Amino acid sequence: MSSSYAFLTTVIVLLIIFLYLSWVFVSIKVVDKEQKKETSERRDFLFTASYALGAVGVGAAVWPLIDQMNPDASVKALATTEVDISTVGLGKTITVLWRGKPVFIRRRTQEEISKAQNVNLSELIDPQKDEDRVKKSEWLIMTGVCTHLGCVPLGEKGDFGGWFCPCHGSHYDTSGRIRKGPAPTNLEIPKYEFVDNNTIKIG
Amino acid sequence: MSEEKYVPKSKLGQWFDSRLPLLTLAHHINDYPTPKNLNYWWTFGGILTFFLIIQIITGLVLAMHYVAHADLAFGSVEHIMRDVNYGWLIRYLHANGSSMFFLAVYIHIFRALFYGSYKAPREIIWIIGMLIYLLMMATAFMGYVLPWGQMSFWAATVITNLFSAIPLVGDSITSWLWGGYAVGSPTLTRFFSLHYLFPFLIFGLVILHIWALHIPGNNNPVGIDIKKPSKETVPFHPYIIIKDFYALLIFLIIFLGFVFFVPNVLGHPDNYIEANPMVTPSHIVPEWYLLPFYAILRSVPDKLGGVVVMFAAVFILMFLPWLDTSKVRSAVFRPLYKVFFWILVIDVIVLGYIGAKPPEGMYLIIGRISTIYYFVHFIVIMPLLGFKEKTIPLPLSISDPVLGDESKLSSEKQ
Repeated sequence: MSSSYAFLTTVIVLLIIFLYLSWVFVSIKVVDKEQKKETSERRDFLFTASYALGAVGVGAAVWPLIDQMNPDASVKALATTEVDISTVGLGKTITVLWRGKPVFIRRRTQEEISKAQNVNLSELIDPQKDEDRVKKSEWLIMTGVCTHLGCVPLGEKGDFGGWFCPCHGSHYDTSGRIRKGPAPTNLEIPKYEFVDNNTIKIG
Repeated sequence: MSEEKYVPKSKLGQWFDSRLPLLTLAHHINDYPTPKNLNYWWTFGGILTFFLIIQIITGLVLAMHYVAHADLAFGSVEHIMRDVNYGWLIRYLHANGSSMFFLAVYIHIFRALFYGSYKAPREIIWIIGMLIYLLMMATAFMGYVLPWGQMSFWAATVITNLFSAIPLVGDSITSWLWGGYAVGSPTLTRFFSLHYLFPFLIFGLVILHIWALHIPGNNNPVGIDIKKPSKETVPFHPYIIIKDFYALLIFLIIFLGFVFFVPNVLGHPDNYIEANPMVTPSHIVPEWYLLPFYAILRSVPDKLGGVVVMFAAVFILMFLPWLDTSKVRSAVFRPLYKVFFWILVIDVIVLGYIGAKPPEGMYLIIGRISTIYYFVHFIVIMPLLGFKEKTIPLPLSISDPVLGDESKLSSEKQ
């Protein structure tokens, strides 16, 4: 809310400055032409000023109608989820719902980790080191939403042993990085932290 | 048919008509001079109007029983199907009605393409028609989301995610559309609200569409300008009305065949599974009438590129009156265009078929070729044909092709 009103205020202030400057500019011209009884420019200015003010008024009135569609307070309140990960076995994935989106929590095998770490960065569409995508290399935690058009990729599928999106055929590797297909970026890593060895807090 | 000003017969009628000329309007529609050679391809405008009304009435009734909430929507649709008196009938009419609506609109659009009905002086009719078509797609898409089945949920996810391809503001726009961080209850309620509103916007545009049509009058299969009213025209009532009704009845037989015998054949069985944000169905497809555009989206191996090309495929149609450089309207007199027209029809059907198939191997290649051809047709072939094509000489009147040389002589004498 505050950012949008800051934006609106900035627009209004800029408009006032603009109106003031143009008024100064026009009034000088009007004084020049006063003798010739040319009043049309003063009138043009009045019209422009009223339209501009009207536009600002309409904008201010319409904004709440637009902003009501943004995520509301109750949606934002569900911002964090705590998950117990003690039951996840090696090479298994659990999926939890966070902010209405699935989050994959995968306990990776040693083989998957070394496969993810040994990829040459130049081969990647969206280059990112595996180390930068995990806090503990055993645990890969990422949003299970394909960065193409939002489907949920299927685990342990695809050409790179990671994830495969059935909708439009994007392949992700064991680090969740995009390797092939229409998706533009790697699977997103949400903000999370290890509360203790068995619990993580997402969000 | 008379040119003089219409005056109601009764005193009351005159009193009313001079205050609000509704009777004059009714008289105009009655007597509206229509080319006498309109064929059955011209009956789809009436069919479309009828289906718009059917959709509004059945939709109004469904809204009395439907609950727009993520936890309750799916159950309320089942409640309509099982508990509400005739609920199953009303829902099947509404669901299959949308398919019939699109079938009719596609025939209507291809009719305009074949007979050059979009050309001067009918550009505005065409553009309004395209706006109606866009609104129809938006309305149908949002309506498909309302039952909150698996296909509903994932269609909503994929389509709204198209906007995330917009650079910089994409993510803000999608969360604004969703009212959250993913498709959820807030999305469903706003889709319901807009799904209720849009048909009335369409209704308003239909009035403008018909108004714009009544300025130059109907195009006709021969595509030449005719004097109205004259020997070349017949009054709308009863000649055209009765023909429209006959076509409507035939069309209704097909429609009710779907409703009563195969009501789910055009839908997808996965939509009888309640929406689950954790699992995407293995093969998601839109409704059949959106498949060609879906195929175009998938044939581009880039996210933003795919979205841009898909929207371009719709918006390019708006510029058709200026992309087509030929002065001759009807394809009957354009031997080359006639061939390309049918290639385009096949191309669009192929795109529709590809849209229903997984995007891999041969399907992807065929999809790409068909996508390229779609644009080549409008951007290259249409403008070039106007200059290169040798058209068949146009008859002087619409009676000529029917009556042969004799009438040509007589019309020359006049």
